[in-house]
Amino acid sequence: MEQVAALVALTLAAGTPLVFAALGELVTEKSGVLNLGVEGMMLVGAVFSFIVAATTRQPWLGVAAGMLAGAALSLVFAVLTLTLMANQVATGLALSLFGVGLSAFVGLQYVSVVIEGIKPLAIPGWSDLPFFGRLIFAHNPLVYLSLVLYALIEWFLFHTRAGLILRAVGESPASARAIGYPVIAIRYLAVLFGGACAGLGGAYLAVAYTPLWTEGMTAGRGWIALALVVFATWKPLRVLAGAYLFGAVTLAQFQAQALGVAVPSQLLSMLPYLATILVLTIISRDATMIRLNAPASLGQPYHPDA
Amino acid sequence: MRIRLEARSEPSRLMSWVSPLLAAAATLVVGFVLFSILGKNPLEAFYVFFVKPVESLYGVAELLLKASPLMLCATGLAAGYRANVWNIGAEGQLTLGAICGGGVALALQDVGGVWLMPLMILAGAAGGMAWAAIPAWLRTRFHASEILTSLMLVYVATLGLSYLVHGPWRDPEGFNFPQSKIFGDAALLPNLVPETRLNVGLLIALAVVAVGWLFMRRSLAGFQMRVAGLAPAAANYAGISSSRTVWLGMLIGGATAGVAGVGEAAGPIGQLLPSMSPGYGFAAIIVAFVGRLHPLGVLLASLLMSLLYLGGEAAQIALSLPSAVTGLFQGTLLFFLLAADVFINFRLRVRRRPVRAHSTAQALGAARSA
Repeated sequence: MEQVAALVALTLAAGTPLVFAALGELVTEKSGVLNLGVEGMMLVGAVFSFIVAATTRQPWLGVAAGMLAGAALSLVFAVLTLTLMANQVATGLALSLFGVGLSAFVGLQYVSVVIEGIKPLAIPGWSDLPFFGRLIFAHNPLVYLSLVLYALIEWFLFHTRAGLILRAVGESPASARAIGYPVIAIRYLAVLFGGACAGLGGAYLAVAYTPLWTEGMTAGRGWIALALVVFATWKPLRVLAGAYLFGAVTLAQFQAQALGVAVPSQLLSMLPYLATILVLTIISRDATMIRLNAPASLGQPYHPDA
Repeated sequence: MRIRLEARSEPSRLMSWVSPLLAAAATLVVGFVLFSILGKNPLEAFYVFFVKPVESLYGVAELLLKASPLMLCATGLAAGYRANVWNIGAEGQLTLGAICGGGVALALQDVGGVWLMPLMILAGAAGGMAWAAIPAWLRTRFHASEILTSLMLVYVATLGLSYLVHGPWRDPEGFNFPQSKIFGDAALLPNLVPETRLNVGLLIALAVVAVGWLFMRRSLAGFQMRVAGLAPAAANYAGISSSRTVWLGMLIGGATAGVAGVGEAAGPIGQLLPSMSPGYGFAAIIVAFVGRLHPLGVLLASLLMSLLYLGGEAAQIALSLPSAVTGLFQGTLLFFLLAADVFINFRLRVRRRPVRAHSTAQALGAARSA
């Protein structure tokens, strides 16, 4: 039993960066904007959170810096695609390529630095409870934060007026504007929120999950998060489920190694990527379902005067 | 006073060629600022980064050597991008090309012969195409986004190569380093200029660029791909098969990237290593855009991008700057290009108007669009 609880805890820990990044991207996409730069924003969030945590010795300050860095990078995307109406796919790619380069550049001196990261909770009494202690009361504070974020987004999108407006902007920007909503401003906010969340996901990796910085440490999680949003058919709860599924897959490779399974480590490391392709294919097979669930204006440029 | 973007009645051809130059200039300005912040003399840094690498014959040869895989990959990607087929996994297709071409070289090491090199190139092209065929099939059969699947396959390919050179293909006399045997002479591309590393791979790349130009400009399939990219609805109406467009776009990109992979394995590297490319497949995306998806543009852009690679290496040695500065410049260049591209379809208008009249115009506009 104790092992089951430990496995669940490890799965949650492994899935959490995806929860942050994919939930943020979900909100961005709900407003009709496709930002393919998640990987870059995560990396930039990771590196700046790590640098701030290493220099100030305040990991939480690092987390804030990571969110800020992710949001700052997404602002570049927003200016290019929303104000200057650049192609969203190309700009998103540029964001990812730039983020890889920038993070490698600024993080170089921090590659072998050791920091005191954010540790899992240890509430006296509660965390030591048999089974439930490990299962519920001993996660990393950021894991709890990701669950709070999920609840907030679910509530915001589907139970508030502002959420309804955001979704309206994503479905039909022209109609939303005709009623008098500032489409571009709303999209700016949605993109910035997505950037901050991606930065938070990166920060979680760099100051809580591992805590260290290595070049390209997100290892494609930003792209997996993008696939997760499609896999979840733009529903927050399914994002959560998908993220933990991928957490479990990531874990399986380490578990198999620990158990001494005679499969080369490189082949096991392929699993998360192959799984992403598989689930994306399965979910995309039903084109009608995707069309019904995807925000109708997703990825299309919008010029208020046109 | 208000500055606003106004749609042009038709895209500006002039701007579409000026914009890469503007972007390159803006990137230089950023470089100037960056070098200053890092406490380097910007002019000296510019010299080290952009001039010194190509002052010697050897340097020019290196420039062309590194430009070859870039122009190969970018030519193939550009064909796809013209048709709105977003293959971003050229890095993986390049890796597969290296694996397949290198596999042939290793398997036939003791046989040799003049036909070995053509066979390797064919195997590499086939490997790249096979890798690109997966996203094409998933897209046409299951509607899965080729952007995500082609990128995921980059990681799979890199891990696959890592497995091979750590395991079955490791050189038994390689002191346990993760590397294959060094290729035999017949499996190495002949040298082009003595005393340099430049090989006939450059000629192959130039030939592919030329064929790419002919294909897109002069062939029916190329025309159909361009139509599919410019006006999907019209293409559909005209009976141009969209799945054929996707297949063509992906396979062309895969083939050229695969050839680039063979070129690296049989050229400057001469064996298989865990990493066969410093991100050529990704840099080629930028080359394709900066080159306006046009073969001639791709040719010039690949030289610029190659110079960024050389400059990064030189800056690492002479200025003790991290070579990652290359990636930073590449990304910055693409950002500025995308920003400058706005002026292809829009122009800036500065307007002075009383506030009230302006808001009336807005209200009218809102009423119209409603």
